[in-house]
Amino acid sequence: MTGWLGALAFSAVVLGVAMTIVAYMTWLERKVAARMQNRIGPYEVGFPHGWLQPLADVAKLIVKEDITPRAADRLLFNLGPLLVVVPALVGFAFVPVAQGVAPVDHPYSFLFFTAFASLTLLGVFAAGWSSNNKYALLSALRLVAMVASYEIPMIVALLVPAVLAGSLRLTDVVEAQRGLWFAAYPLVGQASFGIFLVCALAEGNKSPLDLLEAESELIAAYNVEYSGIKFALFYAGEYAHTLAICALGATVFLGGYLGPAPVPGLVWLIAKTAALFVLVLWIRWSLMRMRIDQALRLNWLVLLPASLASLLAAAWWVVRG
Amino acid sequence: MSASAVRVVEREFGELALNMGPQHPSTHGVLRIVLHLSGETVVRAVPSIGYLHRGVEKLAEHLAYDQLAPVFERDDYLAPTANSHAFVLAAEALGKIEAPRRGRWIRALVAEWQRIASHLVWLGTLGLDLGGALGGGTTLYMYCFREREKILDLMESLTGTRFHTNVNMIGGARYDLDAETAARSSALAAEIEAALPSLAALSGGTPIFRERTRGVGVIPKDLAMGIGVTGPTLRGSGIRFDVRRAAPYDAYDELPFEIPIRAAGDAEARFQVRMDEIVQSLGIVRRIVEGLPAGPIFSRKPLKNPKATKLPAGEAYVAVESPRGELGFHIVSDGGAKPYRLKISAPSFRNLQVVPHLLPGGLVADVVAILGSLDPVMGDVDR
Repeated sequence: MTGWLGALAFSAVVLGVAMTIVAYMTWLERKVAARMQNRIGPYEVGFPHGWLQPLADVAKLIVKEDITPRAADRLLFNLGPLLVVVPALVGFAFVPVAQGVAPVDHPYSFLFFTAFASLTLLGVFAAGWSSNNKYALLSALRLVAMVASYEIPMIVALLVPAVLAGSLRLTDVVEAQRGLWFAAYPLVGQASFGIFLVCALAEGNKSPLDLLEAESELIAAYNVEYSGIKFALFYAGEYAHTLAICALGATVFLGGYLGPAPVPGLVWLIAKTAALFVLVLWIRWSLMRMRIDQALRLNWLVLLPASLASLLAAAWWVVRG
Repeated sequence: MSASAVRVVEREFGELALNMGPQHPSTHGVLRIVLHLSGETVVRAVPSIGYLHRGVEKLAEHLAYDQLAPVFERDDYLAPTANSHAFVLAAEALGKIEAPRRGRWIRALVAEWQRIASHLVWLGTLGLDLGGALGGGTTLYMYCFREREKILDLMESLTGTRFHTNVNMIGGARYDLDAETAARSSALAAEIEAALPSLAALSGGTPIFRERTRGVGVIPKDLAMGIGVTGPTLRGSGIRFDVRRAAPYDAYDELPFEIPIRAAGDAEARFQVRMDEIVQSLGIVRRIVEGLPAGPIFSRKPLKNPKATKLPAGEAYVAVESPRGELGFHIVSDGGAKPYRLKISAPSFRNLQVVPHLLPGGLVADVVAILGSLDPVMGDVDR
């Protein structure tokens, strides 16, 4: 009984922390984008530098009218946002925060994480399909062609650290980086880290690979019919998803919670995740969007062979000792 | 497209009829295109226009000649003076009015600054089309608008108005260029020239931008001539035609400048032509400020009653090179104080005719890239 209650309280705390971080990542993104564009960004709501802006946004989106189109498939339409936001948040439960400590420390936590990260796509597809809107439908079709294929090189690239560490348990993967971060491993680590970054852009739906949203072509596409709190859930889900992927990248490539002693591991983890997130933003706010055929060509002809090659090289490295 | 027509397209031909616009972030205003899609490939594209029709040609029949120039500045809302410029030139040709040399040079100065400002808006919005509002496109857009803002400030110190400058009058220019503004103009030319490399690096310098524009929306030479496209769109197809050279007006017969062309005819060629034009216009602006002749700016008597001006009976057609191409005004006068009939030949309207030829075979993403490279202004199309 207390076990259940404890788990509930723990997950409530984790959820609260995760959602707050997600909300403040939107603030960070707006500030980074503003800095890149010679603007100030949020400033008025909360002194200094508009730090209350995310709360104001959440409050605004909650009180807005919630519209369900008459032609929409009601069940899927309402399920879509939840299918996006819940798996993205569940992913955080597998990220180790200190030596041997993760909210869920499973021998196959690595696989669980990638599985949950992929689940959010189901929600996006449900939204695109059930909206009964042609732009949303095109977005759903793009999702099938695009994100499903970017999953493959991403998971293969993520397997490289797992092979190097010899374990699918994320805590073991981090511990194996005590000497050297996997991102710093010559060639193998760097190649797989680069592939992972490109795929993270596609998975997190960030320009230049934000073809699902493509608001200049498909008008925000899969979430075009959503409003109010459901739209907010999509928004939060997208950021949580990106953040979860960045946390995974920081964990398996950048040594996760490892860092010089006086600073606690959790702070290191958050700092590394934020650094990766800012790197993603940097790319996002600099480049134009790719076309769907170009994005697919990049995936099948470059990323997939390169990721397989680096996996083979990593395996060879481990076998040779 | 009616609901029954949509049903025919979708049930009988197995194509998706997608109504793009008139409310769409990338159709540059209120252009509407009905796309027939097979997957994401465009099979057929039918543009539909008229959502911004304001009837200025009819309105012109009810206003006196000296009242009209400010009205036309609302047509092509990215280069307002180009419209009034063409109108006052046509009225001057009709009334055999000779504008003084200094006035003509000042008109050309404003026209060139507005060409640069218009091209900066085009570059920024092309960035939005290709990169989206939530990506690198906005970054390019912001930097373009920062430079454009300086031009508008310069226009304010020259004319008192940032945008609809009303500098063009039948018989000369309304505002004179003082020494301080002339110095600012030269300084700004240097500033924008210094900013151009970073704008080019954010756009044409990135491989994704090149991939998105190269070979996209190719207008072959014969199609360009057959449709009658004009301006940078024509010059991007390898035809060296510029009204400023072909039929020089105001200061352009005295000013040396080059006409940039590209042979490829694709979106990238049109992009490069416009980028080169910005450089050329900066050169023209410098030369105008350096060699500005002395003398009066307005040749007619001060206007006591602007409604009293009458032009002799007859017809006149004069075109200028607006940022979008040949913009012509045809005035028919019956000798009264108002035009009997007035017709505007709009470059955006002519360039838009090529859209149904360019879109089929491309993807939905190419639609916005092609539209962005044509730089249509719906106020200019619908008038």
